[in-house]
Amino acid sequence: MTAPSHERAGAQTNISRAMRIDLQLIADMIEPRARVLDVGCGDGALLEYLATFKQVDGRGIELSMSGVNACISRGLSVIQGDADTDLKDYPDDAFDFVILSNTLQAMVAPRDVLGHMMRIGRHAIVSFPNFAYWRIRLDFLFGGRMPKSDLMPHEWYDTPNIHLCSIKDFVALCGEMGFRVERSLSLDSSGRARGIGAGFFTANLFGEQAVFLLTK
Amino acid sequence: MTATTSSDPSRNEPSRVSRPLPGHQVRLGRERPLRLDCGVELVDFTVAYQTYGRLNADRSNAILVCHALTGDQFVAEPHPVTGKDGWWHMMVGPGKVLDTERYFIICANILGGCMGTAGPKEINPATGKPWGLSFPVISIADMVRAQAMLVDHLGIDNLFAVTGGSMGGMQVLEWAALYPKRVFAAVPIAAAAHHTAQNIAFHEVGRQAIMADPDWHGGDYAARGARPHRGLAVARMAAHITYLSEKALQEKFGRKLQNRAAVTWGFDADFQIESYLRHQGSTFVDRFDANSYLYITRAMDYFDLAERYGGVLANAFRGTATRFCLISFTSDWLYPTEESRKIVHALNAVAANVSFAEIVSDNGHDSFLLDEPEFHRVFEGFLDGAAEHRGLPRKNGR
Repeated sequence: MTAPSHERAGAQTNISRAMRIDLQLIADMIEPRARVLDVGCGDGALLEYLATFKQVDGRGIELSMSGVNACISRGLSVIQGDADTDLKDYPDDAFDFVILSNTLQAMVAPRDVLGHMMRIGRHAIVSFPNFAYWRIRLDFLFGGRMPKSDLMPHEWYDTPNIHLCSIKDFVALCGEMGFRVERSLSLDSSGRARGIGAGFFTANLFGEQAVFLLTK
Repeated sequence: MTATTSSDPSRNEPSRVSRPLPGHQVRLGRERPLRLDCGVELVDFTVAYQTYGRLNADRSNAILVCHALTGDQFVAEPHPVTGKDGWWHMMVGPGKVLDTERYFIICANILGGCMGTAGPKEINPATGKPWGLSFPVISIADMVRAQAMLVDHLGIDNLFAVTGGSMGGMQVLEWAALYPKRVFAAVPIAAAAHHTAQNIAFHEVGRQAIMADPDWHGGDYAARGARPHRGLAVARMAAHITYLSEKALQEKFGRKLQNRAAVTWGFDADFQIESYLRHQGSTFVDRFDANSYLYITRAMDYFDLAERYGGVLANAFRGTATRFCLISFTSDWLYPTEESRKIVHALNAVAANVSFAEIVSDNGHDSFLLDEPEFHRVFEGFLDGAAEHRGLPRKNGR
């Protein structure tokens, strides 16, 4: 475990208010009674919601001890581990859905993590902050310094977010890796969700974060 | 056979042991012998055990607690020899993590032990003399098979949970591998799926200390009215160091002197740590048998769960429906977190239901015996979640 990755959980708790919206959108994409792996599950809020309201058979991976202990104490099945190294231990097609919420950008090897998610699961659900969001563009354009936002509140020298991308980048990567985008949503600053697709340019500019449902 | 529901000495099985021990004792293997890994068949042997709490009507709330190397069945009550609290009294009792108001707790002295279960100290029924070194060499799996016979005897098909720390954790892993359908939840704590060279090395030091004691008499000390106190005490002292962490030792003892202002320029216990270890050694010999120590450490050294499964640990758990929760401690260098993580990876490889937490603690390997609130919280949370899945009432009737 590396120091920066420890901060991942911290990054999530900092943005817990904003997370609620994308977690709800993720939950809505999951079929009842599915087998779900939540990678970087934090304190298990999503897993607990899914267990309670969708009767899913859920598992989690979380780096921070506080998160893991909170999860297990809630009766959830969670292991302390690092997505960058531990996903390889899971067999093919073990889950219906593998979730990575607001964690992709903190991965050392996001491409490998996505590959493992799609190998382990029938579907992957990924949410991430959109680095092409207009405020971030303006910040950098006029401020001339590394942008910060509610979703990315860290200074450039201590951020856990080492692989930031835009919605456009992510769509390109999915195409390159042969993943089908089954559903995609962008969330504006007020948390309103819109389908990405026809309004691709708009989503990339006005979406503060995005949620993707991927299929092999 | 009706299940025992409380520690009632009046319900004891007939005993072959002359020394009266509180609790239960049962003779097993009379109809069907226990075939040991070494090839020997054990016929008609005793198992001593304790139970706490009540078995529910559908016999679904039993938890088997497996003790560590020098533990025994007196998990939650004063020890009959030392008078000290049970080794897991912090964990087992009304309202505690292993809540005796909700669960039926079983704890048996392991095969090879010296508190009423068949072992080198007990009488070989075939000869009428103590087994001594003629007792067959046993394995962790043998201990578990004997426990399974006890669980059969108690009329319990499925255990709600099997748990234990250290060697107890190894038994938990064997339970999950040998009897997956009989174990709903498994909680191996501060354990490993095999003994490393370092683990074996420390045990060998202990065994050599015992065998070098002139009072050991080739293991036949009982017949000569002797006991290898000194060797056993040294073995305990060496092992005890491995149960602690350097940080805890340094903080507790440092280089502090024992009841003196200066060193004596001799070989008295000048330092507090020396005095502490001597005390640990000398109290241990009152309650433990040297030959048992040899047999049990050997069983641990031989333990390598993957070996039986083509060297692939995951194969030991293929198809398991057991819910696992592994717990390790940051300062445990005897069975470090990495060993638990290997087990977690093996369980992931077969898509098992597994939880894993590493608890931050300075107390080393012994953390599982101590007041570690976070450990207790995780353990209780896991059991509570498992209880709900098993259809048992949650805590406070939730």
